[in-house]
Amino acid sequence: MSPLSASKDLLDGRPEGSDGIDQLGHVVTGELDLSHGVALYLEDITVSFDGFKALNNLNLAIDAGELRCIIGPNGAGKTTMMDVITGKTRPDSGKAFFGQSIDLTRLSEPEIAHAGIGRKFQKPTIFEQHSVFENLELAMKTDKRVWKSLLAWLSGEQRDRIADTLKLIRLNGEADRPAGLLSHGQKQWLEIGMLLMQEPKLLLLDEPVAGMTDDETMRTAELFVSLAGKHSLVVVEHDMAFVERLGGKVTVLHEGSVLAEGDLATVQNDPRVIEVYLGR
Amino acid sequence: MRTPLSVRFLSALDTKGWLVLGVFLTLTLLVVPLLNLAVPEDSAFHVSAYFITLIGKIMCYALVAVAMDLIWGFGGILSLGHGLFFALGGYAFGMYLMRQIGRDGSYGADLPDFMIFLDWKELPWFWFGSDSFGWAMLLVVLVPALVAFVFGYFAFRSRIKGVYFSIITQALTYAAMLLFFRNETGFGGNNGFTDFKRILGYSITAPETRLVLFGLTALALAATLVFAAWLVKSKFGRVLTAIRDAESRVMFIGYNPLWYKLTIWVISAVLCGIAGALYVPQVGIINPGEMSTANSIEIAIWVAVGGRGTLIGPVIGAFVVNLAKSWFTVSFPEYWLFFLGLLFIIVTLFLPQGLVGLWKKFAARKGVAA
Repeated sequence: MSPLSASKDLLDGRPEGSDGIDQLGHVVTGELDLSHGVALYLEDITVSFDGFKALNNLNLAIDAGELRCIIGPNGAGKTTMMDVITGKTRPDSGKAFFGQSIDLTRLSEPEIAHAGIGRKFQKPTIFEQHSVFENLELAMKTDKRVWKSLLAWLSGEQRDRIADTLKLIRLNGEADRPAGLLSHGQKQWLEIGMLLMQEPKLLLLDEPVAGMTDDETMRTAELFVSLAGKHSLVVVEHDMAFVERLGGKVTVLHEGSVLAEGDLATVQNDPRVIEVYLGR
Repeated sequence: MRTPLSVRFLSALDTKGWLVLGVFLTLTLLVVPLLNLAVPEDSAFHVSAYFITLIGKIMCYALVAVAMDLIWGFGGILSLGHGLFFALGGYAFGMYLMRQIGRDGSYGADLPDFMIFLDWKELPWFWFGSDSFGWAMLLVVLVPALVAFVFGYFAFRSRIKGVYFSIITQALTYAAMLLFFRNETGFGGNNGFTDFKRILGYSITAPETRLVLFGLTALALAATLVFAAWLVKSKFGRVLTAIRDAESRVMFIGYNPLWYKLTIWVISAVLCGIAGALYVPQVGIINPGEMSTANSIEIAIWVAVGGRGTLIGPVIGAFVVNLAKSWFTVSFPEYWLFFLGLLFIIVTLFLPQGLVGLWKKFAARKGVAA
């Protein structure tokens, strides 16, 4: 069995409910409702920093199970958009909904994480002093309140889950190594593995293949394609070969709003996009 | 299958750790009392009362250092106001000791002497229950916990970090010191509490009482070390060090750092309070000087010298620095602060991991050579 088909079992084969978000009712304002087929919905989002509009009436809708790529020149607002979705930045105006019922503008970062949104940073952000195993353990979906952490003890089933993810991200030989000693590409994979341990419904991936070898890049693309369907993915990336490999719809951001949207070929031939990238 | 709690507890320390702890407790609970009481004073093996008070005092400091290490070494939060929690625990227990003086004070009155001096007719409301040992014990824990909780909640919720947090804790302990200096505050002004006579009815100066206090301090230090080892080895401890290293990642995987920081902050404050309560009857005085900013900085120096992020490091640091201090203050009192400053510079420049780090490096080199 290839590691990629294992990912399906790993992420989808688990029964819902037992440790679902309802038990963490104190952090979520509503149940995740994907019944209308929309996972993420941003409407007229505006964010300004000292008068500079990082996002300017941004509108974006991501379908449940969709794999979307976001491209755009530096300063287009890609990272700010992720900050708004994950609760790090509050929009000045506009709506941001996760599914039908969860208002992202009202939740804190940990609450949004519990609701089912996982985020990978541009620069790999892992716990360098902890072992690879512990990094995954800390990310694992479970009750993350203080009291539970004080008495937490890994069950055999949880160990298996971590072992499966280790295999998937090809770090099963490195489980006990401090994460800080991994190569750049391995760190990227570890962070992706941490994201998967959270069992999110929506994954936000900021330049996930930066610093990876061509081989690693292609394997990452395969992994993401296999995750789409059950999960929604939003990938910010500059590497056009990677974007092409992912094959989904592409959104071009420019000066804080959507410039063009469609499949890669259409977008690449759009004269406005060409001007933004090549003009001036 | 669930692992029983007792097994989890035993795994807090390794075999060597339990062995060291056993030796420490045998020395402090058996050997030292025997050498003090049973060996005649002119014998070379006699342990003097001075020595017992000195080591008892330093064990209180070591407890504070471990508490400091939990929040600084493992949580990455440098508090320069931990002297406040120590003093609050000391004052809470000091109130009980003041009431135990009874009518044996200079004025022979029911009220503590300083209140007679101020011409007060009755105890202020916050002295309610201060004649009860149990109530005093409760205050020792609750007062530092409450102050730490309220301060910590607002500081951590506002995401105040790093040097800003350290400066605010300095301001906090300084403000408290000024408050306690006032006679009207009701804690004896700049003289604080002293001239204690009894504890639970026993004479506070009796050798047996002193040995009991010494033993209790040793037990408290040992228990704190085991508790701290369990804490940092738990998942809670791993989340805590994760917050220290990459707080935003911790938030985005769904932990709320506020409650984790607040928990370790309050635990640390309570441990300091307990240390303060053990310190006051052994040293015989508590005054607002304990809240001075220099005292709190010194706590950080003990931890830095010993090695933060290890549990034995702060204990070693507290002993080394304080033994040096008691030698210096006898031999060259005017040079102590220079020495302390020099020590801090040396540790910062050459020993980032403290004495424990030096030992580890040494052991590793020897291991390679062998």
